[in-house]
This record gives sequence, structure tokens and C-alpha cells, in this order.
Amino acid sequence: MAGVVKRFGPVVALNGLDFSVEAGEVHGFLGPNGSGKSTTIRLLLGMLRANTGSIRVLGLDPWRDVASLHRRLAYVPGDVALWPNLTGGEVIDLLGRLQGGQDVARRDRLLELFDLDPTKKSRAYSKGNRQKVALVAALATDAELFLLDEPTSGLDPLMEEAFRGCVRELRDQGRTVLLSSHILSEAEALSDRVSIIREGRVVETGRLEELRHLTRTSVTADVVAVPAGLDALPGVHDVVVTNHRVSAQVEPSGLAPLMRALTDAGLVALTSQPPTLEDLFLRHYGTAVPEAAAGLGSGRTADA
Amino acid sequence: MRETLAGTGVLIRLGLRRDRWLLPAWIAGFAATTYSTAVAGAELYPDVASRVEAATALNATASLVALFGRVYDPTSLGALSLIKYTAFMAAILAVLMVFITVRHTRSDEESGRLELLGGGRLGRDAPLAAALAISFGMSIVLGLITAVSLAAGGLPAAGSLAFGLGWAATGMAFSAVAGVTAQLTASARAATGMGVGVVAVTYGLRAVGDLAEPGPSALSWLSPIGWNQQIRAFAGDQWWVLALPLALCAALVPVARALRARRDLGSGLREERSGPARGSLRGVGDLAVRLQVRLLAAWAAAFVVFGVVIGSLVGNVTDLLSSPNAQDLIKMLGGTQAMTDAFIAAEISVMGLLAAAYGLSAASRLRDEETDGHVEALLGTATTRPRWATSHFALALAGVAVLMLLAGLSVGAGAAIVLADVNQLGRVTVAAAAQIPAAWVMTSAVLAVFGWAPRLTGTVWALLLIFVALGEFGVLWNAPEWVMELSPFRHSPLLPLDAGAVGPLLGLTVAAAALAALGYAGWRRRDLAT
Repeated sequence: MAGVVKRFGPVVALNGLDFSVEAGEVHGFLGPNGSGKSTTIRLLLGMLRANTGSIRVLGLDPWRDVASLHRRLAYVPGDVALWPNLTGGEVIDLLGRLQGGQDVARRDRLLELFDLDPTKKSRAYSKGNRQKVALVAALATDAELFLLDEPTSGLDPLMEEAFRGCVRELRDQGRTVLLSSHILSEAEALSDRVSIIREGRVVETGRLEELRHLTRTSVTADVVAVPAGLDALPGVHDVVVTNHRVSAQVEPSGLAPLMRALTDAGLVALTSQPPTLEDLFLRHYGTAVPEAAAGLGSGRTADA
Repeated sequence: MRETLAGTGVLIRLGLRRDRWLLPAWIAGFAATTYSTAVAGAELYPDVASRVEAATALNATASLVALFGRVYDPTSLGALSLIKYTAFMAAILAVLMVFITVRHTRSDEESGRLELLGGGRLGRDAPLAAALAISFGMSIVLGLITAVSLAAGGLPAAGSLAFGLGWAATGMAFSAVAGVTAQLTASARAATGMGVGVVAVTYGLRAVGDLAEPGPSALSWLSPIGWNQQIRAFAGDQWWVLALPLALCAALVPVARALRARRDLGSGLREERSGPARGSLRGVGDLAVRLQVRLLAAWAAAFVVFGVVIGSLVGNVTDLLSSPNAQDLIKMLGGTQAMTDAFIAAEISVMGLLAAAYGLSAASRLRDEETDGHVEALLGTATTRPRWATSHFALALAGVAVLMLLAGLSVGAGAAIVLADVNQLGRVTVAAAAQIPAAWVMTSAVLAVFGWAPRLTGTVWALLLIFVALGEFGVLWNAPEWVMELSPFRHSPLLPLDAGAVGPLLGLTVAAAALAALGYAGWRRRDLAT
């Protein structure tokens, strides 16, 4: 996607979005609620039409070549709505046939894996089970590209683990997966690359390792005596001292000097956490955070 | 009691906010119709003699008695003018109240909206209480405004009030019925279907009861719609009958409450059965049939019953005017054949309007499927937009055709037997089929609006009502000819059919095709509503 703009009346949902996913990778698509993730995916599916910009999916135009494109991809919507009086099994089979066929053995294996009862009427399914129906229908197909819009939002941790297994399997088979999420650990655990979207633009994209160096490690240490002047060290930020405990946010360049200072001060215990995607988020949405933290409104980004 | 009703006031305000256009529009529609009818009646029947003649003829015609009931005071202008309104319009009002009550109870429950609210300070009975408060309030306001419009149209005040209160009490009774059906099943569609079924059965009970000589039999007294007729507004004003629907309300509301107390939020009284683990639906066409076939079957059954009743009453038409003068008149007008033809044509065109209503509701499923979020999953597959839209649209067109063919066959069979003329079967069926293109125009109009202005899909219903009103009152309103001609139903040829019918039928079919093409073009290029 290049330079994609999508407006809904006066609201600008995507504002010059540039975004690409390479074949065979699992690409995490991160952003807070309302940042334009679902809009992007629906554009990729030809459900919405871009105002300007160009979009190619698997070399095809998603608006024009709907049927031939969709035969090669599988989609799990963020909000799965099913027909209340059809059973889960009926929905899975229907979607599979419309897709152009699904692997029956894989379907049955997935049903077992996700512990889903296909004989229940959709009306009786919980949100998580509706999500599983859509997941089984999508994963049982032989698609090249999987577009998964917040696929685990209703799943319990056990099922989330099962889902991760499935995604790894897809990657091992060389398939491409676009995984939108605001659950950071999920994207972190699965993605080869991530893109971060904010207010309708991709603000950062790259391999996790590449993005990580941009952020700080969180360090907490217990020492015999807290040395003075820690916050004067280059690359060390937000130093907080409580009794014998020191915590700080440290850039990669500040790690060595800080460690030396702490060792000299009689290090007793040390925990350090690698930067999480939470930190990436804080970095990019940092401007909005103090506002929210001050308890003013619900934050602008949520409405974007 | 207090605990279980907590939050009722909030829900009433929410409901009124959601229906702030719907309810006033319906009230205005009923008020305009009743006022027009009162004024029209005074022009049609200026003196007592003309009223007695018309009322006597009507009371002697079994088919009209079955449809509308009797005029209990042939000298009364109000009783005669409003003959279509005591049973037929009361049934439409009852259906409306069923819709409104289910909309605010089971629909909200099925969609999960009530669950969202249920986390707040909301008692178990609050949704039911709020829905009934809205539909009872709507019934009462509609009844009072009707009374005022009738009086403004020149009818006696006491009778107008009796008539208005009769509608109010009937509306309340069927709201309470829907309050009960909404507790029985987990599906809002099924709850509405059961409520409408009760309306149909009570309408049928009084139809049979009213046919008994000399007056209504006990069957009419078993039916709330029969009660509304027995209030006999403008024909003696039997006020005490109003107690019957109110007593029914008083009995049904506790039943609904007790049923609600016995079930969980979101479930029906019956445990949801499990179904097949493997699906047999091969595509979106199968899916559309699966989703709509029950509705079509119910309509088809109603059309056959209605058609057989109408058909079997064809013979009575010529008996109704037996005086020598009237016989001369009939001969002058083209003989008994023309009389029966006029009767059949009138009934067939009513069925054509009903078939259009079916086509409209079936095609509107397109919009429902979109707003319910079902389309997103389907269009994520290799299904194209036109293909999906065709699944419901083609079913709607086919349904209209099936209904009108059934109507033609059942009316025609009845007429063939009564008149001992086997040719009737064919010619009546062809006449019924001639109503199909006009109904298709309305069906295609849904697709056109869905394609370009999806949020306005519901306004096609208003269009249908306007066309029906134009057909009924256009002449009275002095509507210009070109306005009348906007209605597709005005172009539907009637019995006896001749070669001149081909042109209009072709024109209507082309109009339907053009609207459909327009709809497809819009649907192909617009964003999916999400």
C-alpha cells in the first residue's frame, strides 16, 4: 500500500498510509483502538475503496480482482458475527466451500485443537467460540495469505497458545500472515516484522531487533548503598530510589556504565527486562500518555 | 418488585430516543388515514338511504363480512365508513405493536445490547416493563389521536372516542401477547413470527365467527380483534367491551413476568438443540434459502388460505344485488361476468400489494445481513458482491412470483368450482401473474436504495405505504394524474385481460430491471458498512 488515504465523511481514517508485507513472513500490525488497523485490512480485502493511493495484494488489485484474489487468501474478521440458527460446523463448511475448498482432515484437527463443539447453534457460542469458528474456517483453507484482525481477542490463554502454534506452522509452510493486534505480547511472540500504526499512518516498521535498539531496558537492582549521581550517567533515565532499591530506564549505551556503578555499590539482586512492545507504544504514543495519565478525557488517539 | 423494575425509566427514555422517528410517523400515518376516511365517507354516502343500501349490500356479501365484518347500524355513517378499520386496520395495528414490543425486548436481548445494560443497575423485569410502557403508551396516544381525527373529520364525538379507545385497547392486548412470545424463544424473528401468527389466528377466528347468521357467533368473542368490532363504535358504542382487551392485558403481563423469571438472559424457555456438525450449504444461494425459507412458507400458507376463501366466495357477489333495478344495472355494466371479474380483480390487486410487501421484506434482508456483520465473513471469501446480493434478491423476486401464482391458483380454483367454469382457473392465474411485475418494481427499489443509500433502505416501506394510500385515497385527495401514475400498482392490468396488458407489463418489468441494475452498480462501488 502506498500513500493510501481513506476518509469516512469528514473523518480521515487513513492519512497517507505506506505499508508492505513480504511474502512468507508473519507481520505484526500494531496500533491502539481506532488507529486504522481494521480499515487497512478491509481495504486489502476490497470491502472499502481507498480515496487515493495504490494497493496491491498478491500482485492483484483488491477492488477489481475480488474473486481471484480472495481464492488465495483467508480472512478472520475482528468482530465475528455468525448466523444465530446455523451450527458452527455448518458455518465452517459454508465458508470453506465459498473459499474454494478446505482440507477436511485439517478442519477436524483444528476443531479438536481449539476444543470447539461444531454441533452447537451459533447463538449459543461465546465470543471466544465465535472467534474459533472463524479461525478454524480460515486456517483449514489452503490460502497463501492470511489476514487476521485481532484474532485472539476472545480466546483464553490456552487457546491463544494453540493459535500461536498454528501461526508458526503457517510460517514454516512459507505462508504469509498479517496479524493485527493491540495485544503486544502476541505480536512480539509471533512476528518477524512489525508495523506500528498511529492515527492513520505507519509510524515505524521493521524487524523487532531493529526496533528494540530504539528503546530502553528496564533495570531494577538491590544494592548495599545507593551511589549518588546515577541519573547523571549518559543514557540512564527516570531513576527512582526507594531504600536500597534502584530502578531506571536505560538506553543500550548506558547499560555498561550503570552496571559498573551498581557493581561498585555492592549489587545484591538485579532484574532487567528487555524492551517490550509496550515500550515501543509508549515511545510513539508518548505524547498522548501524559494527557491520559493526568486523567483528562479518554485520549485523542482512541477517537482517531 | 422494586428491585426487578430498577432502571425501567432509563430504558423507556432510551427506547423513545431510538424510535423518535418511527413512532410519530406511524401515528401520523394512522391519523391521516382515519381523517381522510371520515371525510371521504361523508362525500360517498351523503344521505341515510345511500348508507342503508351500501351497508345492506355489504352485510349480505359473505366475502366482505369475512374480510371486514358487519355494519351493525346501516344508518350510521361512521360504522359504514370505517368498516375496513375495525378489523383489518386493527390487525395491522396489532402487527405493528408486536414489532415494537419484540424490538424492545427480544431483539435487544439477542443482539447482546441488554447484556451491556444489564451490568448496570437494571432489574430483571425492567426491559419487559419498558417495552410494554412504550407500546402501551404508543397504543393510547395513537387511539386518542385517532379519536380526535375522526371527530375532526365530522363524525360524532362519542363514537370517535369509542373507536379510538378500541384501537388503543387492541394495541395494548397484542403488545401483551408479544410480551409473552418474546419470552418463549431465543430468536427475535421467531418471537415476532409467533406474535404475528396470533394476530392471524384471531383475525381468522372472527372472520368465521362473523359469517354466522344472524350475528357474530362465539368464535368472534374469542378473538381480541372480534372484541374491537363488538365495541360497535358509531353503532351503539358498547363501552363495556373495552374491558375485555384490558383484562387480557392484565392476565398476560404476569404470565410474561413469570416466564421471564424462569429463564436466563438470552435464552428461550426451551433448551437450544444442537445441530449437524457438518454443513450441507453449498453456497450463498443455499444460505439465503436457508435463512428465508420459513418466512416464505408462512406467507405461502397464508396466501393459499386467503385465496381459497376469496375464491369460494365468488358466487356470492352476484347475489348481493337482487332487486330488478340492480340486475338491470349489472347487465348494463357487462353482466354477472363483469361483477365477478371486478370482485376478483379487487382481491387479486390486494394480494399483489401483499406480495410486494413480502418482496420488500425479503430484499431488505440484504441490509439486515450487512448491518448484522454477516456479509463481512462472506465477502472475505471468494464470493463476489453481485453474487451475494443476487442470492437474496433473486429469492425475493422468486418469492413474489410464487406467492402470486399460488394466489391465482387458489382463487381461480375456488372460482372455477363455484361458477362451474373450468376456464376460471387459467384466466384468474394469469390475472394474478400480471400483478408480479409491479411487486418486482418495489422489490428492485429496495436493491437500488441498498446500493446507493443503504441507511435509507427502510424508506422503501414508506414508499409502499404512500402508493397504497394513493390507490385508496388518491381520487379523494385530488392528486394529479402524474402523481398517481408514479405508483407501479396503478399500471398493473386487471381482469378482464386483453392484448393491451402487454405494454404496461413490459414497462413495469423494464422499470424493475433498471432499478435492479442501478442497485447492482451502486453496491459494486460503495464501501461495505461495518
